[in-house]
Amino acid sequence: MSLPEQLDSRSCVLLRLGERRFALAAEQVAELVAPSRIFRFAHRTPEIDGVILRRGRVVAVCDLAETLTGKRLATRRFYLIATRGRQSAMDWVALPVSGECELIRADLTPAGPSDSPHVAAWLSHDGEVIELLNLNALTPGPKTTPAPPEARP
Amino acid sequence: MRFKPAPAAEPLRTEQIILFRSSNQIFAISSGSVQEVRSVDSLAGAAREIGEPSLGKVRHAIRRSDRNLYVVSVALHFGLPPSAAMLIFLLRKSRVALLIDGIEKMTSMTILQALPNAFCHEEHRWYRGLTVLDQSVIPVVNPEGFLTAEELSLLDAISAAEPLPPTAPAAGLELNP
Repeated sequence: MSLPEQLDSRSCVLLRLGERRFALAAEQVAELVAPSRIFRFAHRTPEIDGVILRRGRVVAVCDLAETLTGKRLATRRFYLIATRGRQSAMDWVALPVSGECELIRADLTPAGPSDSPHVAAWLSHDGEVIELLNLNALTPGPKTTPAPPEARP
Repeated sequence: MRFKPAPAAEPLRTEQIILFRSSNQIFAISSGSVQEVRSVDSLAGAAREIGEPSLGKVRHAIRRSDRNLYVVSVALHFGLPPSAAMLIFLLRKSRVALLIDGIEKMTSMTILQALPNAFCHEEHRWYRGLTVLDQSVIPVVNPEGFLTAEELSLLDAISAAEPLPPTAPAAGLELNP
């Protein structure tokens, strides 16, 4: 495979979770907002912390830090509001982040079969190799069910 | 990508709701779903204990109008710490009664948003959705989400072994639909 086939240049948003940086595809990011009041109620989806109100919408807050870094965030400086799901099941999630975010353009290397499902691709920035996150694999939500196999005669 | 605001509001439809408390959490229920509000004391003599280990949230049954009503602890149903319940909601067209701590107020809602898709477990059966009142998000309970048909059948089978005494109508607040 030649180098141009491996690399795909895209706009990405770098986000910080504790000491580590991760990336999201820019088209998945809606906005970066200051932390607002979080509302909690009884539920059974442990990955969800609660919900926030944003422009009249109720948005679920999903802290990725524990899954990705092994530690919960000590401070939440912003919520990065991003989309997850596909088509009719598209939804917004608020991701707590611990620092400023940065919009960059980077060449992506596709994830390999041995990478975790939450890694959509890899990018290199400032001498650091960074995971481009697959939010659908990282956040809870309805799983897309594969099409049923065709009936055989 | 720009964050789209919530879809433009259609002409406002209001729904009367009761805000109630259970284990220090506030929930809403459509007032049309509640037939009667009774104090726990008023049913103390008529309720019979049920001890089904797989249904710890149901500890009492009441006989009303030739059928059994099962009293569900709202706190236990939602996995909250047990609390000092004072009131019972008898639900309309249902065999479920809800044990709650108290009523906060009656009000109306104009917004009922679906639970975000990120919630993907039992809560979709528990709640009709979320409403926003005074900039607070409040879950609106689904009156049909407290006991499944299978759970009702199990409770009926337990109750059949020892029929319940009928409950006399007593001090309670009847709600008009």
